[in-house]
Amino acid sequence: MTNTEDRWAGERLMESHFHPRQAALNLRDAWSSWNGYKFANYYYDAEYEYFCIRNSCGTYDICPMQKYEITGPDAEAMLNRMVTRNIANLKENRVTYVCWCTDEGRMIDDGTIFKLGPEKFMLTCGSPCLAWLRKSAFGFGDVTITDMSDETAALSFQGPASCEVLKKLGLEGIETAKPFDIMHFPFQGGSGKELMVSRTGFTGDLGYELWIAPELALDLWDALYDAGDDYGIHPYGEVATNMARLEAGFIMPDMEFSEALKTIHFQHDQTPFELNLGWLVDFKKPHFNGRRALLQDRDKGPAYKLTKLDIEGNKVAEGAYLYSNRRCTQEIGYITSAMWSPVVKANIALAMIKPEYLEGDIWAEIYYQKELRQYSKVAKCTVKNKPFWRPARARATPPPGL
Amino acid sequence: MNHYDTIIIGAGHNGLICAAYLARSGQRVLVLEASDTLGGMAAPREFHPGFKTSVAHSVSQFSAKITRDLDLEAHGFKLGKTLTTVGLNDAGEHVVLQDGAVSGVGPDDASAYADYRQMMQRFAGVLNPVWLQTMPRIGNNNLSEILTFASIGLRLRLLGKDHMREFLRVAALPARDLMDENFDSELLKAVLGWDGLIGSRMAPRSPNGAVLVMLYRMSGALSGDHAIPNGGVGGLITSLHSSAVEAGVEVRTGSRVGRILIQADESGLAATGVELADGEQIMADRVVSAADPKTTFFDLVGVQNLEIEFTNRIRRLRCDGYVAKLHLALDGLPAFDGLERPDGRMIIAPDMDSIEFAFDDAKYGESAGQPVMEIVIPSLQDASLAPNGQHVLSAHVMYVPYRLKGGWTDEAREALCERAIDTIARYAPGIRKQILHRELLTPLDLERTCNVTGGHWHHTEFAMDQMLMMRPTYDAAQYSTPIPGLYLCGAGSHPGGGLMGGPGHNAAHEILK
Repeated sequence: MTNTEDRWAGERLMESHFHPRQAALNLRDAWSSWNGYKFANYYYDAEYEYFCIRNSCGTYDICPMQKYEITGPDAEAMLNRMVTRNIANLKENRVTYVCWCTDEGRMIDDGTIFKLGPEKFMLTCGSPCLAWLRKSAFGFGDVTITDMSDETAALSFQGPASCEVLKKLGLEGIETAKPFDIMHFPFQGGSGKELMVSRTGFTGDLGYELWIAPELALDLWDALYDAGDDYGIHPYGEVATNMARLEAGFIMPDMEFSEALKTIHFQHDQTPFELNLGWLVDFKKPHFNGRRALLQDRDKGPAYKLTKLDIEGNKVAEGAYLYSNRRCTQEIGYITSAMWSPVVKANIALAMIKPEYLEGDIWAEIYYQKELRQYSKVAKCTVKNKPFWRPARARATPPPGL
Repeated sequence: MNHYDTIIIGAGHNGLICAAYLARSGQRVLVLEASDTLGGMAAPREFHPGFKTSVAHSVSQFSAKITRDLDLEAHGFKLGKTLTTVGLNDAGEHVVLQDGAVSGVGPDDASAYADYRQMMQRFAGVLNPVWLQTMPRIGNNNLSEILTFASIGLRLRLLGKDHMREFLRVAALPARDLMDENFDSELLKAVLGWDGLIGSRMAPRSPNGAVLVMLYRMSGALSGDHAIPNGGVGGLITSLHSSAVEAGVEVRTGSRVGRILIQADESGLAATGVELADGEQIMADRVVSAADPKTTFFDLVGVQNLEIEFTNRIRRLRCDGYVAKLHLALDGLPAFDGLERPDGRMIIAPDMDSIEFAFDDAKYGESAGQPVMEIVIPSLQDASLAPNGQHVLSAHVMYVPYRLKGGWTDEAREALCERAIDTIARYAPGIRKQILHRELLTPLDLERTCNVTGGHWHHTEFAMDQMLMMRPTYDAAQYSTPIPGLYLCGAGSHPGGGLMGGPGHNAAHEILK
């Protein structure tokens, strides 16, 4: 056989624009995948990477995240009918967090909208959304939707040292960027290519996201890692991200919610009210998709409510059922995500709980393993109303120096 | 005062019927019609000086209840005598359906026809109450909706076990199978299958709703037979108009609605009136659209006021028409071989395959190479439709796609017109010499002249997936729409098109609830 063609070529995971650098640093070859891209679970040690986010700085590859450019005179009207929040007042070079729902008010996905010009937006989200965007655009005269996911290199850069490192990289004035601001910088001496920086992230900490043309991805990586060398810059993967976002109280698809277009059972998806995202639903806006159903949901009250729990002891309550009594006879909900939080030093979790039980006792029935032996315990839970981790530096402008 | 209880968009028969019912209950009603004549596809039109006809050329299923309720006979509505249905044969051996019997076929077919007719009438009787009733929603039913389900079920059950089983078996059968089961004569099969197919994107072998369409068309007092009203089909419109006006309805022609006014504020959306193409605004408590669903929602409401999945369900409605209309002004009565007097409803479709093949052309974007058609000469029933001694020939020609490959040019239209006349001339050889004027309206022409998307007779395909509580789609199948104050009353709503009146009647009933 002389045929050297890879017969599985179409099946293999794609490599991100930062792959050559990330592969070299992935000492454990701990790869998983996201939207068809080879994607690190962790690089060396997930806990170490988590501490980079909280104590120094780290990069997280968001090339696999979906990015759509939506342009044209009707772009704003089309998006504003699709998402529950009113984006009519979104200013240029600002980002806003949004979610969008089916006609029945069930959440399809959440994401961010970047306003890049009067008639130019970028929508980012975790899962492919092109079909829904096209459906949403039908009937609007002048809207162009372009899937930029593969044509944009994007790197999340998070942690208390992130602003310092970006300053060292030469991004003049980056410290003036407020949360959800977008700034543009000439990259490598202004060869016509620019670096876009947004003060956004998924860690609940100080952090930025960097957006650049794919051909400059490795140059950006090298420059950033040069600048960050003294600040302990390190890549982090999915595991560390999941820890950081849980401490921040952020929701994750397939953990806190099922994307409505992918569920089979009609009650296995959620409304924004169930997910505590009622603040994203703007009923002052006369019309948006799902409005009628959401109005009913709001008035009737959701069946479950996403709740932050502080659980006694140190046994992680992953997959636990929740009860209103210690004897565990009255089931009232279930845990969606749980961890021991190193920074808060608490046993924390997100849970879906029937709202009528939120005022009373909440007990978690936790199953755990010790050297292959199964144990269980019932632990008391306390409802937390604020994010577990919300440092002032995440919101301060300029961010505090180191 | 520029404020009405109800504004109705479109003065087709459904718009007029809905208006008349609402006005009779005391509402102040305004009907706005874009064109200069009333009646939509039933509007009488002079296509050549002294020669008149309308797109719809006969009446078969107009609701007897509506005739009574709106006192239409007092307003001049009178059906002429029932038309015989004639399957034309080029050797003059025609199949004739008259007074419940068939001639021109063998004794087996003749006796099978009697049984067949009885069976179909029995089934049509079961479905009859369905057409003049609002269909229940699926899920979250209130008591009256559950009772509607129950009454349909009960009527089916009362058929008895054998007939019920047979009904369930044949309801979605392709026309071809139903005919093959019952008859030998190819011409008879074609003639009987015709009423299940005309006006739709279905051929004899298409599964879907041909049998249901037949049963729907048998819903009126005529049990599916056809007749021509005094004054032609336009006579029906005249009587509806007169009844509506007497009830207090105001009708304005030449008043094209540019958009439906939607009030948008913190309490949501609501239809509050219309804006005419010339900018005039007229306010009302509610707006009822007799226009087709795509025109109503996309052109008049705008997708920005609709939900995304709803929009895409309206978008996928099949609205392409497949019937062209041929009008001939003749200097005398044409002679059809073997026919004493061409005063029936004549069908040119020698066998079911000829219908199938004509559809095959159309489904790939060509107009039928050998068109099949239904012909009437309305001037024989009403002499006022043509100058003395002269006649109008009106033919529905199938299958002619709305989207013709290469587009509808004058040449394409002319070529089809020639083929249609050639086809007729095979049965009426002298007809070419009698033609004073001819006109062929493609579905695209019908879209333009009648303001109906796709030029579709029923506004949207009358098929199983677009019927009953799915017509035009859920969330708008009970005449109300997702927008408070906006209702539908056109053929795109249950039960559907044809000169039946169900949507107008049912919509008025819902509004008055």
